[in-house]
Amino acid sequence: MKFTEEHEWLRVEGDVVVVGITEHAAEQLGDVVFVELPDTETEVTKDDEVVVIESVKAASDILAPIDGEIVEVNEALVDDPGKVNEDPLGDAWFFKMKAADLSQLDDMMDEAAYKAFIG
Amino acid sequence: MSDLKRTGLYDLHLELGAKMVPFAGYEMPVQYPLGVMKEHIHTRENAGLFDVSHMGQVLVRPKSGDVADAALAFETLVPVSLLALKEGRQRYAMFTNDAGGIMDDLMVANRGDHLFVVVNAACKDADIAHMQANLSDACAIEVIEDRSLLALQGPLAEAALNGIAPVADMKFMDVAVVPSEFGDLWVSRSGYTGEDGFEVSVANDQAVAFARALLAADGVEAIGLGARDSLRLEAGLCLYGNDIDETTSPVEAALEWAIQKVRRKGGDREGGFPGAGRILNELENGTSRRRVGILPEGRAPMRAHTMLFASEDAAEPMGEVTSGAFGPTIGRPMSMGYVATEFAQTGTRIFAEVRGKRLPAIIADMPFRPSTYKR
Repeated sequence: MKFTEEHEWLRVEGDVVVVGITEHAAEQLGDVVFVELPDTETEVTKDDEVVVIESVKAASDILAPIDGEIVEVNEALVDDPGKVNEDPLGDAWFFKMKAADLSQLDDMMDEAAYKAFIG
Repeated sequence: MSDLKRTGLYDLHLELGAKMVPFAGYEMPVQYPLGVMKEHIHTRENAGLFDVSHMGQVLVRPKSGDVADAALAFETLVPVSLLALKEGRQRYAMFTNDAGGIMDDLMVANRGDHLFVVVNAACKDADIAHMQANLSDACAIEVIEDRSLLALQGPLAEAALNGIAPVADMKFMDVAVVPSEFGDLWVSRSGYTGEDGFEVSVANDQAVAFARALLAADGVEAIGLGARDSLRLEAGLCLYGNDIDETTSPVEAALEWAIQKVRRKGGDREGGFPGAGRILNELENGTSRRRVGILPEGRAPMRAHTMLFASEDAAEPMGEVTSGAFGPTIGRPMSMGYVATEFAQTGTRIFAEVRGKRLPAIIADMPFRPSTYKR
């Protein structure tokens, strides 16, 4: 698993990359009450705002961590946004991307580096 | 956060794992480890203990010794009948300004030979100066600095407090001084959540022990400002500075229920408060905008400053959200705000612009969740 400074995690499954947010991010957000997902078959560029997530505190965005195409979104989160707090690393993945270039993951943090990053 | 003030319960908040934030000049707990959503639901289903010691507590003592003189003097600052307020009862009021706007909202209690006033933290210095400047001929203004203020709210509040001091006979908006092992408690059966419950003023040197005794009672958890905000919004209650301020009149704010007939046109004590010209006129003729409840049709919260439109393609907004959040008990987002009066009718469909998109919402009655006051 790889991690970004935006507190996303990425898990590679073949040529598809599954994206979610970390436990640390979910905890910082507080109880999530609203998730808006992108359309599938959307071409995105790294740092595009692709997901809107609102907690009891505020609204924030999830950015595309890499270039590619959104191939699947987790519709279950729309009906049950609280999953993001319950299981951020598992059930509460947000979207799957077909990566334009998997080497974009090479510079990202591994788990140990991310743990050090969040202190 | 060095220039922020702390309440007497600060160390207890830290011990309970609170996340502290600056609020109205104080370091206050915004949430505890339970989190905002669970704290909200816990308060509705059990009982929540809130530190509201940042609020201002003021005694207004009539120099004549007759509380009616204090009531009459105070009526020059508020559009509310205080002469009719019986001993042992409390009433909601607002300080108005000369333009008919609201300087602050407050609670006034008749305690037999004086009035007890509770004002918002952010406004308290201005409120105290206002009272001193305008009431000092008839009254002595005594600012209470040596007492903390706690709110205990929810269906288990009565049992928890009654284990410490006899309060079960009190009704909604009753006030009483109740002796206890923590000294005299100044109790009112009221609050800011829509729940049955109490606000209790306790001597600072007893406040921590009193709070611990309440937290040890069945079903009581410490609750932060985050849940306090969603609870009051579900209850349809205004937050000063968001939903009402110096630019909103009590009639625009749909608070005319707090203005008794005796202070209105034709009443025995008609007018005689700041901004009376505008406010009395508005009571007769209405206003061009109105505070309303708003329920988004979808799941996206419509937060403060979201602009409101008559239609999906209207060019100009006709209103604005002043408070918006997810309502944990009603299980959906909720807002309040001001709309042009022609759109204020319950059931009217309007649109809110959220992240560039026009999303539908319905004007709704408040409270969003029925209140459970013990009348």
